[in-house]
Amino acid sequence: MNRIECLRAVYPQLEKRVVVTIMGAVAIELQSIGHRPNFFYLQHAMGLASSIGLGLAVSLQEQRIVVLDGDGSLLMNLGTLSTLAHSGASNIVHVVFDNQSYLSAGDSPTATAQSTDLEGVARASGIPHTASARSVEEFQTAFASALDSGKLTVLVAHVDTSGVYDRPTDLGLLENRFQFSRHCQSLARR
Amino acid sequence: MPVSETNSHLLHQTLKACGIQVVSALPESWLVPVIRMIGDDPRIRLIRVAKEEECVGISAGAHFAGVKSAMLIPNHGFLAAVNPIVSLAHLYKVPLMMFIAYRGTFGDTYSWHTPGGTVTEPLLQTLRIPYTMLDSPESLERRVRDAQALADASLLPVALLLTHELMMEA
Ligand SMILES: Cc1ncc(C[n+]2csc(CCOP(=O)(O)OP(=O)(O)O)c2C)c(N)n1
Ligand SMILES: [Mg+2]
Repeated sequence: MNRIECLRAVYPQLEKRVVVTIMGAVAIELQSIGHRPNFFYLQHAMGLASSIGLGLAVSLQEQRIVVLDGDGSLLMNLGTLSTLAHSGASNIVHVVFDNQSYLSAGDSPTATAQSTDLEGVARASGIPHTASARSVEEFQTAFASALDSGKLTVLVAHVDTSGVYDRPTDLGLLENRFQFSRHCQSLARR
Repeated sequence: MPVSETNSHLLHQTLKACGIQVVSALPESWLVPVIRMIGDDPRIRLIRVAKEEECVGISAGAHFAGVKSAMLIPNHGFLAAVNPIVSLAHLYKVPLMMFIAYRGTFGDTYSWHTPGGTVTEPLLQTLRIPYTMLDSPESLERRVRDAQALADASLLPVALLLTHELMMEA
């Protein structure tokens, strides 16, 4: 399956969520479907999308935070899984698009291409609810049940190593940041 | 030489007085009492991280939501967090309140801390991170408030160096 098909399948449920993505292909694909003020595309700071998600989750406890991560990015910050697990935060759905590649840095294989099972790592780190998906239908179902469950979830989507990752967008990085934080602060005031 | 419970308590109370609601932390021996006090305080959310890089992300998320946060880390943890400080906090204009245990300076008898101690200030300067010492109970709250004022106004990371004098009983 392609990541963009997964994104299209769950886009209606993303519309009202606070969403943090990693840089590159994920960000470009989500923006190509439609940017919203509640979407933040973390450029450059590899590994930290889920840590930002955690900071948002403890600050906006009424919201469910969706993190759209990548295999390479998560491998750079595996400790985040244990931090999430014992943080007590339950309002995060942490999606990991595992394409077995550092695609957005020019496509070279990550450890998941050989041996590493990220859902297994998440489970062993104590994440209360984990799942893997290999088809768009599986992904859609798993994502919906993660949102419904109210449990901290790590959902690993096994996607093809394909996607556009070097197309610049006209959304400025700071424009995105300030628009997003204004949106989050309006939620906090509600 | 034990860690000062009195000054750890003062630091905890100051964080609260400054409206800090989220603290992310990774212990080293000087920070153990204050982290324990924060952990016992229902008014502050303590997040225990596995690596100090995470603290930068957590503070960024809290800041985006309009919540004040702080990081409690040793100076070797500051060294570990350099990339996120540059590639997240500086890039995205995120204020950080970094409380850094300043190990490896005068009074510290543990030799393994000295390499970190000698590079802490030069590295803060290289990164253009405004910093000040927290070295006495009298000036502590004023310095923390002033640091917070600068961080919030400039949207910059700032550092507060917790010294041996403050953290250890004489
Ligand atoms: C600390 C650091 N090292 C390396 C990079 C370069 N880099 C940018 S994106 C990327 C790959 C990200 O891989 P993954 O998270 O799997 O996402 P994908 O591009 O495959 O969707 C790399 C290595 C970086 N931004 N920061
Ligand atoms: Mg990848």
